[in-house]
Amino acid sequence: MKRAAFGHIGFPILLLLPQLVIIAIFFYWPAAYAVQSSFYAQDMFGFTSTFVGLENYTRLAGATNYVNALNFTVIFTVLVTFFSLTIALLLAVKADKVIRGAKTYRTLLMWVYAIAPPVAGLIGVMLFDQSRGNLTQFLASFGYEFRLGVNYWDTASAMIAVSVWKQIPVNFIFFLSGLQAIPRSVREAALIDNRSGTSRFWDITFPLLAPTGFFLLIINITYSLFDTFGIIDTLVKSEPGNNPLTLVYRVYVDGFRGGDLGGSSAQSVVLMILVLILTIVQFRFLERRIHYT
Amino acid sequence: MADITDTNVHTTTSATTRRPKRIRWDHIGDHAVLIAGALLMLVPVYMVFATSSWDAITVHREGMQFGFGDQLVENYNAALLEYGGFTDSVNGLTMLGNSLILGLGFAIGKIIVGMMAAYAIVYFRLKFATLAFWMIFTTLLLPLEVRILPSYEVISWMNLGNTYTGLIVPLIASATATFFFRQFFRSIPEELIEAARIDGAGPVKFFIDILVPLSKTMIAAMFIIMFVFGWNQYLWPTLITTDESLFTLVRGIRQIVQSYADGSETPDYGQAAALAIIAMTPPVLIVVFFQNWFVKGLTESDK
Repeated sequence: MKRAAFGHIGFPILLLLPQLVIIAIFFYWPAAYAVQSSFYAQDMFGFTSTFVGLENYTRLAGATNYVNALNFTVIFTVLVTFFSLTIALLLAVKADKVIRGAKTYRTLLMWVYAIAPPVAGLIGVMLFDQSRGNLTQFLASFGYEFRLGVNYWDTASAMIAVSVWKQIPVNFIFFLSGLQAIPRSVREAALIDNRSGTSRFWDITFPLLAPTGFFLLIINITYSLFDTFGIIDTLVKSEPGNNPLTLVYRVYVDGFRGGDLGGSSAQSVVLMILVLILTIVQFRFLERRIHYT
Repeated sequence: MADITDTNVHTTTSATTRRPKRIRWDHIGDHAVLIAGALLMLVPVYMVFATSSWDAITVHREGMQFGFGDQLVENYNAALLEYGGFTDSVNGLTMLGNSLILGLGFAIGKIIVGMMAAYAIVYFRLKFATLAFWMIFTTLLLPLEVRILPSYEVISWMNLGNTYTGLIVPLIASATATFFFRQFFRSIPEELIEAARIDGAGPVKFFIDILVPLSKTMIAAMFIIMFVFGWNQYLWPTLITTDESLFTLVRGIRQIVQSYADGSETPDYGQAAALAIIAMTPPVLIVVFFQNWFVKGLTESDK
């Protein structure tokens, strides 16, 4: 709040009203409803619901397909985050270094940001298609039979590849702006002290990039958990079957395909807690950054 | 990352002493990495574009193409104007219109609602401003995907399924724009409002004559990010719009994929590729042409 702030009462309330009404109806109500229905079980037709306590949660812990989805989500998140961060960091370091064509490279490396996840997924479907995918044929020339939608790990690899491809631009943009924010004086001082490019990168550049990297780590985990829905849905062609699925996709499958409101809500609540933990970690860190930089 | 070398030192020495040019292998290495990265981004989309100029049978037999065929105009014509290609009652043009409505409605709605709320929080002595801020801020924690089923139920109870309101407004229920404008307003010097108040400007005049013009760049940056975000929405439109006349382009992609999955008849790959190109062109053009604003908006949002 500003020192010389206005003293009106009615006007600011009027200004806040649209936002508050929208979040009350479309955020707090659904969120509360999710928590509530996670403690109830509905009959097949959705007419009656009975209070079952924590049964929906204990059922989750015992359900093989949920545990599978949990395991896959962890692997998926780790791999997507790792590959998209390292590839983007490499490209950003190079793009920061070159003088000729710097702007062209920046454009060429970031424009994929604008492509929708399901469109990226469709490209993946066409590249990895079992009978006519170009990459499938390429792999076949090495004697490997890539079977999208049939072989669990083949499908998983395609999902990871497309998700990494789609995420590189965001990481690239943040890394590049982080690199460009490193003061010239620091770079020059480092250059005098240390002639080896490699050790200069690890001793100077990398620690200075750490705040950006940590922020991106959270962004990438959130991306892998939630924003990859469109990629996964297109790559499994909306037919979950025995394909690898992430937790968010399970919420959707159990809720909308299986009609299991209680189970799906319990999964939502588990995810909410997960995101909450991530955010708390992020904020503890952000506070630290304000102190030290 | 093994060869981060001394760009600055070498360029200056070679410029001053004019030694005969050596081949700079590390520079070539840098460019090679960047070109490889650029190709990784470009080639898949280029292939979709090339494929959109071929007839279905060729693509069905040989997969995506590198060269161009002779069906370019026909495919785009069919994808844009023909009814019942992938869906029964819409053509690409209707979907393009719906995508525009979603992208623009979402971006404009979010910016207006967010700016108003941020203005109230930063510039007024309001007892519950902090409470309001935290209530709004909490929405950043839980993306729509997490509370998707209950949100859908709420929309059904309100009979907002298959309406633009039901499509757009729930997506606005997250505080990214509010948070962004709050940060920006707080960075505006205190003296500005003091001077404005001495000159007798009221809250409405201050907002419209001073704050909005000052925020132009921020608004532009937010608009680009939000438009792309809205245009690219998939899960929510998939659930909310069952009526085909409300399908967006990105929602229409699902239809293509399902015709792939059915496999009963040869899907029209050329047209599918054309529709994918149409779906990605507007957001890509916006990001490329306004990239300075876009990058600024994106990287500022983490501060």
